[in-house]
Amino acid sequence: MDLYSEIILDHFKNPKNKRIITCPDAQANEDNPMCGDKIKIEFKLDKKGKVAEIGFDGAGCAISQAATSMLTEKLIGKTPEQIVKMDNDAIYKMLGIEISPGRVKCALLGLSTAKAAAKKLINTHKTHAK
Amino acid sequence: MINTTQIKKDFPILKTKKDGKPLVFLDNGATTQKPKQVINAITHFYETCNANVHRGIYDISQKATELYDETRELTLKFINAKSINEIIFTRNATESINLVAYTWGDQNISAGDEIIVSQFEHHSNLVPWQVLAAKKKAKLKIIPINSDYTLDFEAYKKLLTKKTKLVAITAMSNTTGTIIPVKKIIEEAHKKNAKVLVDAAQSAAHQKTDVKKLNCDFLAFSAHKMLGPTGVGILYAKESLLNKMPPFLYGGDMIKTVSNQCAKFAEPSQKYEAGSPNVAGVVAFAEAIKYLNKVGLKNIEKHEKELLKYAIEKFSKYPEVKIFAPPLAHASSILTFTLSCTHPHDIAEIFNSENIAIRAGQHCTEPLHNTLKIPASARISFYLYNTKQDVDRAEKALKKCLTIFA
Repeated sequence: MDLYSEIILDHFKNPKNKRIITCPDAQANEDNPMCGDKIKIEFKLDKKGKVAEIGFDGAGCAISQAATSMLTEKLIGKTPEQIVKMDNDAIYKMLGIEISPGRVKCALLGLSTAKAAAKKLINTHKTHAK
Repeated sequence: MINTTQIKKDFPILKTKKDGKPLVFLDNGATTQKPKQVINAITHFYETCNANVHRGIYDISQKATELYDETRELTLKFINAKSINEIIFTRNATESINLVAYTWGDQNISAGDEIIVSQFEHHSNLVPWQVLAAKKKAKLKIIPINSDYTLDFEAYKKLLTKKTKLVAITAMSNTTGTIIPVKKIIEEAHKKNAKVLVDAAQSAAHQKTDVKKLNCDFLAFSAHKMLGPTGVGILYAKESLLNKMPPFLYGGDMIKTVSNQCAKFAEPSQKYEAGSPNVAGVVAFAEAIKYLNKVGLKNIEKHEKELLKYAIEKFSKYPEVKIFAPPLAHASSILTFTLSCTHPHDIAEIFNSENIAIRAGQHCTEPLHNTLKIPASARISFYLYNTKQDVDRAEKALKKCLTIFA
């Protein structure tokens, strides 16, 4: 079955970066209440303002959890501004499988959580700059 | 047992296939498939007598009105109501419940009053009462459930007080399939002079509904969950109540006379059916009722129980499976479960790859899922066309989940 490709199952069963980050610079929680998927993402920036350490926690379906695991690897080295600009196609490409309309929310939950965390960070900086 | 081979032939959609596998439809709690009798009735109506009701002098309008009212008559008999004035057509069970909340509720619920619902309620029989209670500063009380997924009847009796104005309760849980002792609930409520609304959206398709025997004040259900078309709901209400309630929606068809500044309203049931109704849908609903009458609800009930027993036997063999169903005596046609290794969405996805339709998520019962301490569940729900072979195929899909995820 294509949806549950080896790589997706591997990320689901052995997620990357599923850990707690102490004193993160940014953090956000999101969920899909209809299906019970939950994601928390937190990260720390290096001196250049790029993601240096990232961790996630969550529960839910294989697609939401695997997509988030894969995403965290991609976010290392990106600035919050770059994260906010990421588009959904990046996720579909990363997953490499066809996502049916019913599973779009699952696939994108990690990205929307990461964006929420990045946005919070950008907004705090703006407030501080003022 | 009922003749499922014969019955399956009446449902065109069950002949469709994916990768050579015929569709197994096990999401009947959400909606049911339609027999060709119902489908043909829709086409036949539009091809031969399409016109609006209660308006025309010409032949086809009269015919349309006649057919529309014939369904009302059949619905009356189906639930054993007293008068056709007590049968109101709406869009769905949700609208039927909202109708009561916006009319009777608005008129009769005041600050300090109490409304009782159960932990089993579908959002459609919970949210309207939450909103009404908040608006009126009334109190919403929830009947808890027992650890065996039955209703805590003793707790219910304690919740009833002199302040209780309404008990709004499902007759059958759409999540655990629990059959609720509605008659006993109504008897207790009436002792306190509280009115009772029964949400029969789930039960009407699976067990006999007798509003006289129940002595309920309101009863709501939906055609599409009982072989009928979507977009047709039914509200039963005692005529004495309907006569006193204000209208729900205002406009055409619900009036007696209209002047520039005011209007006099029609008598029930027309008073509650403003605007052009889903005529074709209501007309075709008659065929659904006839179909159920022909097969017999008793036979359907027996057939489903046998399927449920068979499915529970099959599924409970796997230690990864947790089933959320009451003891068989209280159970109906639903098998809700979780798998320790697979999220419900992934379960439904894998079932779908085998062309088996099941529900995954919270089935519009988020508070119940919170009580059960699960984020979501997978639900198999049977109907008259399902077979033991369907259960066997579901078991095969279950094994596939375990192969992929365990």
